[in-house]
Amino acid sequence: MSAHRRSRRTAALVSAAALTALLATGCSSAGTGSDDPNAKITLSVGDFGTFGYKEAGLFDEYSKAHPNITITENTTTQEGDYWTALQTRLSGGGLDDIQALELSRIALASSEQLAGAFTDLSKAQGVDKDAYLPWKWQQATTAQGKTIGLGTDVGPMAICYRQDLFQAAGLPTEPAAVSALWAGDWAKYVEAGRQYQAKAPKGTFFMDTASGLYNGVVSSNAEQYYRKGKVAYQDSAGVQQGWKLAAEAVQAGVTQGLKEFDTPWQTAFSNSTFATTVCPSWQQANIEKFSGPGNAGKWNIAQAPAAGNWGGSFLAVPASGKHVAQAQALAAWLTAPEQQAKVFQKVGNIPANQKAYTLPGVTDFTNPYIGPKAPTGQIFSTAAKAITPAETGPHHGTLHGAFSNGVLLMEQNHKSADEAWAATLKQITSTIQ
Amino acid sequence: MATPTRTHRTDPPGSPPTDPPARARTSRLHRWDRAASPYLFVAPFFLVFAAFGLFPLLYTGWLSLHRVSLYNVDQADWVGLQNYWDLLFGPPSHFFWNALRNTITLGVLSTVPQLLAALGLAHLLNYQLPARGFFRTALLAPYATSVAAATLVFALIFSPEGGMANWLLGLVGAGPVQWEAGPWSSQFAVSVIVIWRWTGYNALIYLAAMQAIPRELYEAAAIDGASRWQQFRHVTIPELRPTILFTVVVSSIGATQLFGEPYLFGGQSGHQGGADHQYETLGILMYDTGFHHSMLGRASAIAWTMFGLLLLVGLANTLIARRLRSAN
Repeated sequence: MSAHRRSRRTAALVSAAALTALLATGCSSAGTGSDDPNAKITLSVGDFGTFGYKEAGLFDEYSKAHPNITITENTTTQEGDYWTALQTRLSGGGLDDIQALELSRIALASSEQLAGAFTDLSKAQGVDKDAYLPWKWQQATTAQGKTIGLGTDVGPMAICYRQDLFQAAGLPTEPAAVSALWAGDWAKYVEAGRQYQAKAPKGTFFMDTASGLYNGVVSSNAEQYYRKGKVAYQDSAGVQQGWKLAAEAVQAGVTQGLKEFDTPWQTAFSNSTFATTVCPSWQQANIEKFSGPGNAGKWNIAQAPAAGNWGGSFLAVPASGKHVAQAQALAAWLTAPEQQAKVFQKVGNIPANQKAYTLPGVTDFTNPYIGPKAPTGQIFSTAAKAITPAETGPHHGTLHGAFSNGVLLMEQNHKSADEAWAATLKQITSTIQ
Repeated sequence: MATPTRTHRTDPPGSPPTDPPARARTSRLHRWDRAASPYLFVAPFFLVFAAFGLFPLLYTGWLSLHRVSLYNVDQADWVGLQNYWDLLFGPPSHFFWNALRNTITLGVLSTVPQLLAALGLAHLLNYQLPARGFFRTALLAPYATSVAAATLVFALIFSPEGGMANWLLGLVGAGPVQWEAGPWSSQFAVSVIVIWRWTGYNALIYLAAMQAIPRELYEAAAIDGASRWQQFRHVTIPELRPTILFTVVVSSIGATQLFGEPYLFGGQSGHQGGADHQYETLGILMYDTGFHHSMLGRASAIAWTMFGLLLLVGLANTLIARRLRSAN
């Protein structure tokens, strides 16, 4: 054995041994937190969809005021994907310093099972409890009085409609007259659909999807999936009414049967194949994005038959973070009235902060893309104040998903209302233990 | 009890004479080196395998015997075989059998045409063609495309809003099809994606095997007056039998694990394989159970059931292979 070969062999052996040792010890985490308030730190914010912080320049503004803090944002487009990843990290580690939570998840996140993973924000620095809508505050508060999330926005609903298609079908076109068509009753909205469909331009439908209608009806109901702390869905007033109207709409052929947020749904906006969509405030951004510049000036906005809340989010600070105090301060600042007003003007998310409603720029806001003459800010802030909060619980998201899917079974898979109902219950009993 | 003299005696003959104690040390080191270093060389693989293969497998098995939520993995309640029982006969059994059925139909719909087309393509490319190199490279292009990109393109093709598939149907006067909603149309669409991605890959494997067939066999067959079709049937196919078997095994394992294509094809309802679970495979069911409904125990039971199924598929293939070989 020559000296050369021997040394190569030794090197190989050494590296194999080193690799083995490395694998055996596993990955040890380095780095320790520092309590020095002026130490340079980076805070990461995990969110989904459009929160508007970057768009409104808020991260830069905060870093300017706090030169030692850098902020990074990890955004996921689909909330479903975001939540899946978040769940995995809750047990495995790797959470961001601030994590956004959607309304349908907040009851689960503040349940006994998960609340321990988040810090109590009710007494955190800079948090003004009275600024937030009381019911919004309550939704993120545990039975023991621990608040795990600060409200970012709420989802008061309106109906967005295509003025040109309404005119072609012989319906009124002005927001006030259109609102009057279905004022106070979702059933009148379906009725308006029948009128529309009778004289509709060829190839167009009154609404995009019956599951949107279902969401609208349930979201404006005081009773949804919980009653007195227990799941109640089969005989819930909201579910009953929503299901019945969705079935009627499908039967009457006034929906196009698209799956909300899917690519065909997005395409249909630019193809102008439907005339109305249930429009929570955050939907405005989608309408503009998918309809495109070619349809500018054609959309308008009217009041929904009933005030209700669809969606809206919270910012939570995980307890495992390295810079909990700094993250709490940032979350409080991001959800303060001034910042929420800036986000609203940039991307249209209605503030969860009631003090923001009196700020100029919110109430007198109009959307240059959707009905520039419609009092958009007025419509949404009136709707926001009229929201009756509904009781929610840990399974809210699952149940709501199952019923929305059940509506799809009627309109896309051509099941009868009874068949779809049975399939939905089967799905629920197999997934809720 | 090794004494210097004994060590001296066991030294291999012809070793260079050195100072006895030093020589003893070197040779002991040498022996240790010879005995242990192979193990040390393979150790990284086995450690990686233990960490990322064996441990998850056993841990999943352990989880499958518990009721455990994704949110709190540390808290697991022992339930014995309850998860398996539920899966086969309990409330979720409807979805399990549905997913199993879909996995089989999707497997047949995608594997059979895929392998037949691959065989045909390989046979054509085995001839002297102009630009043969180009075609051979082009075969691999779909395989090199990511599942996500390919599936998203096909989802657009099969879209009810301005999709190409419905446009083509319109040209021949047929009505539009809601591709994603129907049980068969959606499975057909998913199979098309799988076929598109894997045909070229299998064709290249067949082509490589075909080129190993001695030319003389074809020449002899040609002299005997065999047509190209007869050559293909009586020379190529028998010679390719082991290769075909290999691709059948690999494709059926792939089909059993089918996940990415149907998941992405479904968009918003991809996580449950369509609104009506119409193209939900076992892989999707496992993902949906574990990560959408956070029932880690039941998801692990699905994982182990799939593992068992794969063993069965492997066993069936081996038996068929043995029968074929003895029939030869």
